[in-house]
Amino acid sequence: MWANREPFLEILNSELNMIGDMQPEDIAGDYKEVTLDLYNSVNRKILYTDIETPYPDGKLIVSTTDPEGNITNVNKSFIEMSGYSEDELIGAPHSILRHPDMPPAAFKDLWDTVKKGDKWQGFVKNIRKDGGYYWVKATVIPNIRNGKLAGYTSVRRKPSRTNIDACSKLYPTMF
Amino acid sequence: MSFMFTVSPDFTPDHLSGWYIFNTWLQRQTDIAIHLEMYNDFASQHKAIKEGAIDLIYANPFDAAMLVREKGFLPLVKAEGVADEAIIAVNTESSIEDVAQFEPGTKVAFTDDPDVKMMGMIMLEPGDLDADNIVPISADTYILVAKHLLRGEADVGIFLAEVFDGLSGMVKSQLRVLVRSQISVIHHCLMIGPEMMDKRELILEKLVQMSSDEQGRGVLKSLGFENWQKVEDEEMEFMIDLMDTLMI
Repeated sequence: MWANREPFLEILNSELNMIGDMQPEDIAGDYKEVTLDLYNSVNRKILYTDIETPYPDGKLIVSTTDPEGNITNVNKSFIEMSGYSEDELIGAPHSILRHPDMPPAAFKDLWDTVKKGDKWQGFVKNIRKDGGYYWVKATVIPNIRNGKLAGYTSVRRKPSRTNIDACSKLYPTMF
Repeated sequence: MSFMFTVSPDFTPDHLSGWYIFNTWLQRQTDIAIHLEMYNDFASQHKAIKEGAIDLIYANPFDAAMLVREKGFLPLVKAEGVADEAIIAVNTESSIEDVAQFEPGTKVAFTDDPDVKMMGMIMLEPGDLDADNIVPISADTYILVAKHLLRGEADVGIFLAEVFDGLSGMVKSQLRVLVRSQISVIHHCLMIGPEMMDKRELILEKLVQMSSDEQGRGVLKSLGFENWQKVEDEEMEFMIDLMDTLMI
């Protein structure tokens, strides 16, 4: 019986890695709706508002992913700022935070950079579970263990308002 | 032959004798000859590490990557419940209420404690301050960082939170905390080098059991914490990756 468990685990894993549409009952305030093509033709309905959650002083948002970008660890600040529970985040693709105002070229640059083994740094507008958003200064590095890629670590810190304003003007021109 | 043990020069001065007591305890417990060498600053400690003179080190997290990746060190233990956190503070009479109010040319006082300086500079980033546009004021101790603020010679100071909290009431009453870090995962670590690696399990066993007898608890108290906690290799790798993201 146990010899046949692997196909079931694969199904379970694929379900864990699915990323569901955002739900109206989770959203705080008036929202707009758009469907994003996240990756590998996976679409997600995004419900988003104009409500910004300021990045808290003195904190870092930290997460790790597997080589495919599925979340393997999050810290408390990640949970607080994203609005998701730890159970909802672990196993989900990191694109669960993808905001429609972020140009796809930014994430292409991120993946192209880290897949070469380099660090990537940039300013990112993330979406919360409640449809609001928060800006971060993000740094992503590959985790190399015994010479092999084990995953990625992403650390976010508080950006300056100057950088947020500059990116708010630049990003709409990159679509 | 005796092995060489050293402690990151940012240790709290009150615990200097504690490290000598700890080294005596460790030698008695393990029957290994270990000489404790304390360096006055990071530059002289780094020189000793580069020359391969160090076998055991209570290391600043900033040095962990170099020790593991270049020198073949591995982690043993960390102080339980103790993390390195930083504070940025101003004189109470400062008009600055938020980091965003700082302007280029801000005079920033700090010590050569590398991880605390790094965390402090990250907390100043939301004010568009960086190494290229601040006026650095280097100080030998955190007391001198406080003095620079009190005399109006610096606009903001970077402190190890533990040291700031231990400043006298009179000094603290003249300073105002702007931001206190809440990072939790950056910590010092006792690490062992290649020449001593065959003693790793023995030393680890003694350290994690240290708080189980009265003498061990007394030595730990002299170091300023209650217990050692094992650091897994992956936990150290995670901290190295984390520090790596913060250095740019």
